Amino acid sequence: MSTEDRDVGKASRAKLVGAVTLTNLDTQRAFLANQSAVSVLDLSEVTQLDTAGAWAIASFQAAQKSRGREVTIDNATGAHSLLLQTVTAAMPASRKRRRRLPHHEAGDLLFELGKAVSGFSAEFGKTLGFLGFVLSRLASTAVHPSRLRATALAHHMQHAGLNAVPIVGLMGFLIGIVLAFQGASQLEQFGAEIYVVDLISISMLRELGILLTAIIVAGRSASAFTAAIGSMKMREEIDAMRVLGLDPIELLVLPRVLALLILLPLLGFVANIAGLLGGALMAWIDLGISPAMFRTQLATNTTVSHALVGLSKAPVFAMIIALVGCYQGLQVEGNTDSLGSRTSRSVVVAIFLVIVVDALASIFFSVWGV
Amino acid sequence: MDDTVITVRNLTNRFGKTTVHQNLDLDVQRGEVLGVVGASGSGKSVLLRSIVGLQKPATGTITVLGTDVLTDPPTETEPNTGDPKAVQNRWGVMFQDGALFSSLTVRENVEAPMREKLAIDAQTRAVLADLRIAMVGLPATAGDLYPSELSGGMRKRAGLARALALDPQILFLDEPTAGLDPISASEFDNLILSLQKALGLTVFLVTHDLDTLHATCNRIAVLAQKKVLVTGTMAEMMQVDDPWVRSYFHGPRAHAAQPQGAT
Repeated sequence: MSTEDRDVGKASRAKLVGAVTLTNLDTQRAFLANQSAVSVLDLSEVTQLDTAGAWAIASFQAAQKSRGREVTIDNATGAHSLLLQTVTAAMPASRKRRRRLPHHEAGDLLFELGKAVSGFSAEFGKTLGFLGFVLSRLASTAVHPSRLRATALAHHMQHAGLNAVPIVGLMGFLIGIVLAFQGASQLEQFGAEIYVVDLISISMLRELGILLTAIIVAGRSASAFTAAIGSMKMREEIDAMRVLGLDPIELLVLPRVLALLILLPLLGFVANIAGLLGGALMAWIDLGISPAMFRTQLATNTTVSHALVGLSKAPVFAMIIALVGCYQGLQVEGNTDSLGSRTSRSVVVAIFLVIVVDALASIFFSVWGV
Repeated sequence: MDDTVITVRNLTNRFGKTTVHQNLDLDVQRGEVLGVVGASGSGKSVLLRSIVGLQKPATGTITVLGTDVLTDPPTETEPNTGDPKAVQNRWGVMFQDGALFSSLTVRENVEAPMREKLAIDAQTRAVLADLRIAMVGLPATAGDLYPSELSGGMRKRAGLARALALDPQILFLDEPTAGLDPISASEFDNLILSLQKALGLTVFLVTHDLDTLHATCNRIAVLAQKKVLVTGTMAEMMQVDDPWVRSYFHGPRAHAAQPQGAT
């Protein structure tokens, strides 16, 4: 299917030879570009013609016409001239490039900033509205407990809670080890090794246990909630629920919120215990503090209130994670891109809010003096 | 060159214990429009998916344009992707709902196969994409829209434009008129027919739409009892003495679909 381009006899006549297709479009177009004086185009030796080739011929004709020369097609087979007609009829108008308005970098920056701020505040307001909405549904479900979807609740408790136990336990255990190890090397300098127990227990029980658990659950479950609800939204399942008179909040959001409300404190507890175990193990290995000594020191110096302070934050974190995950899922639109961006946003927002609330809680508890 | 472009022999497809096809044979000739009909669940789409290499059959051979698609899986990325002779560059597939890439605009969707397979400059590619968009009857403004902004009929047209992007020889259409209003459906029939004539395409058409069968198909293959029960022209179908085929082509809807004067 090689292409030979040659002029035949009269200068006003040109002949296309061989295949005029997408694959050798460039050669044929280059040939046509040199035929500015041609008024008859002979297609008798064209073996193959496709839409791209027909487009090349038709655009050549159009270009010549704009210069005031008519190009006629000669010796085209029936199929080829049919194709040429179809393509000529469909020739797109030459594309106009959209010109961008002149702009300033600083203005752009200001615009982006303003957009981000207004977008953030709108999103914040909507999430708050969603919180109120879910709380009202929660209250009405509390009045009619029979409307609670027990199966869905159990399902989510297993997936978001029980299945997270190994990773949360491992995380707590390792954090306990790290705390003991880091604390030991500092406290050893003062001969105050025994206080490593207080260091581990207080930091683990008050802050780290529940905070890190919440971050892991946010990564695991907020994304899962968004992806699941988002793909249901994309497939119009949510709309189907609505027209069937089923409430998506009740069916999809409440079981997830309740599952996390119940299980995040328990996961936090698992992390706490695992952290203490890891810390005790490291204290024993590294500092020679026996488990019995660790227990005595823990029991005398650390009150239960530390654990309670820590765990009291769990329901708040649970609410944040579940609400953000579900809310972002319900915001998914018709395309796959929005599913991806909403999923990643739900994780980022959930973790961010968890940390902000944790910081506020720290201030609150220290002012309150607990 | 051989005039049979698709040859299916002894095709058997199973999903678990369910056998969808049992020793199915089918030939598709160059330049014809073959309509594949059959009851729901008779494996029409599975047959199409097998031919284009998306479904690996239990046994059988499938040859498309001289390439054995089973031993030489065309859907995998291979060194020969840029080869214009590679079979996946010589067919176009239009899925039921267009299956457009939702993160790309319609024009980018149509450009995508050209971008991956051909070394042509961006401007030519854009113009060629616009040409395809115009050829399938979409307005020029549709090129800048995202699939989620299109109606069902427009998505199908855009899917067809993408299937035509590489100027294929064979066009596979899965339920091209399903879900379209009668006017759009008959426009779509005409569109397929005119493109088929202009481009000399071979069309493999899976459909339920009797009007489409009447309007476009040279030949009809009936899938039933796990194989191709009969093939033939519409007139021949009317004579077939099989209960299912009879009720399909002589049912109340079939009579409504028949062109005036035909029996």
